[in-house]
Amino acid sequence: MSIAPDGLSVDKIHVWRGDRHVLQGVSTHISRGELLHVSGPNGTGKTTLLRVVSGLLRPEQGSVSWRGQSIATHRTEYQAALAYAAHEPALKGDLTALENLRFSVGLKRRCQPDELRAALDRTKVAACADLPARVLSAGQRRRVSLARVIAMQASVWLLDEPYANLDAAGSELVSELLQAHVTAGGLALVVAHRELALACDVRRLELNS
Amino acid sequence: MTVSAWQAFWLIVQREMRLSFRRPEQLLQPLVFFLIVTTLFPLGLSLQLSLLRDIAPGVLWVAALLSALLSLDFLFKSDADDGTLEQLALSGHGLTLIVAAKTLAHWLVTGLALVVVSPIVGTALGIPIEAFATMLLSLALGTLTLSWLGAIGAGLTIGLRRGNVLLSLIVLPLATPLLIFGAAATERAVSGTSVAGALYFLAALCVFTCTLAPFAAAAALRITME
Repeated sequence: MSIAPDGLSVDKIHVWRGDRHVLQGVSTHISRGELLHVSGPNGTGKTTLLRVVSGLLRPEQGSVSWRGQSIATHRTEYQAALAYAAHEPALKGDLTALENLRFSVGLKRRCQPDELRAALDRTKVAACADLPARVLSAGQRRRVSLARVIAMQASVWLLDEPYANLDAAGSELVSELLQAHVTAGGLALVVAHRELALACDVRRLELNS
Repeated sequence: MTVSAWQAFWLIVQREMRLSFRRPEQLLQPLVFFLIVTTLFPLGLSLQLSLLRDIAPGVLWVAALLSALLSLDFLFKSDADDGTLEQLALSGHGLTLIVAAKTLAHWLVTGLALVVVSPIVGTALGIPIEAFATMLLSLALGTLTLSWLGAIGAGLTIGLRRGNVLLSLIVLPLATPLLIFGAAATERAVSGTSVAGALYFLAALCVFTCTLAPFAAAAALRITME
């Protein structure tokens, strides 16, 4: 398989969870300016695939490469270009929304509080910036975690169910963000149960048990 | 603009400190435990001051180790539970750096706090003021070493439901040299003999764990996060 220089390649990934062979030789490629929509019934390894692609989980067989280089050996460069949003929003309840962003985005790149506030404003939670994350609703927390993805200014987005807990306006917002990211030359891997109606290049990967 | 390793280190230390001060009960618990346990000994034994002075270093050290152990469970667990540990792991900085920053911050708010209140306990147990310098130094070295050992244990046990019990079983046997040399240093300071040997040994253990434990703990975390 020829590896395009710009993009993310997943090559024959096998993952076992105990006795279960969860991912059986999954291969795909995402180029810049492309979105891969991963779908499938529950328990078919969508989140597992996302964790493998993020580098959190090492596959038993197969490899993931970014710009032609294995992410296992070029971990730092890859992670610097990566924004990962897991199914849970991953916020510290005792920190304010703004502090949460400061301490996670701040590890990726130097940023000013204004930029972080602007990102929160983009996801319509600017009013919650100085509230502790534990008092926010599930939808607001999701929006804060999306603001974190935007503020990281990463070229690779890995999102697990970004539409969860969001109202109609929020879902619309996620679609807009994804479209803007992909048309600007970024690439995204999105795990979602619903159909994605986007005006950009969307490819679908259906996982079956 | 990329973030250098030092900037990342201090940012994580700041994050940990801020989180600790938002949860004062987590900070106070080990301290109160330390004060209560050391107060129980003289009450239970009703000793004369001279006998109390003999057992004081041992009592002080056992209580300090146990109370430092109490707080180790929080080291990675809350981050693992809410998913922020994954965000840290994907931040582009090695897990070793993250573990080192978190452990150091943890020691600053728990171990160092124990060292600061230890003169109160020392006075209550009849340790003479001349021995305080040695007691403080040995406790500082001992609690820091324990934090590093604890980071390995905490890294190994985050995925387990009853992890804190296992954590004690892993860490306490490793902490016995600390108890032996720490109590010996304090005891010698009380009796007025040379404390150098015991302190050097504690310092050596501290350097040993400072340099190797972050790697071991990072490896442990990597395994448990999968």
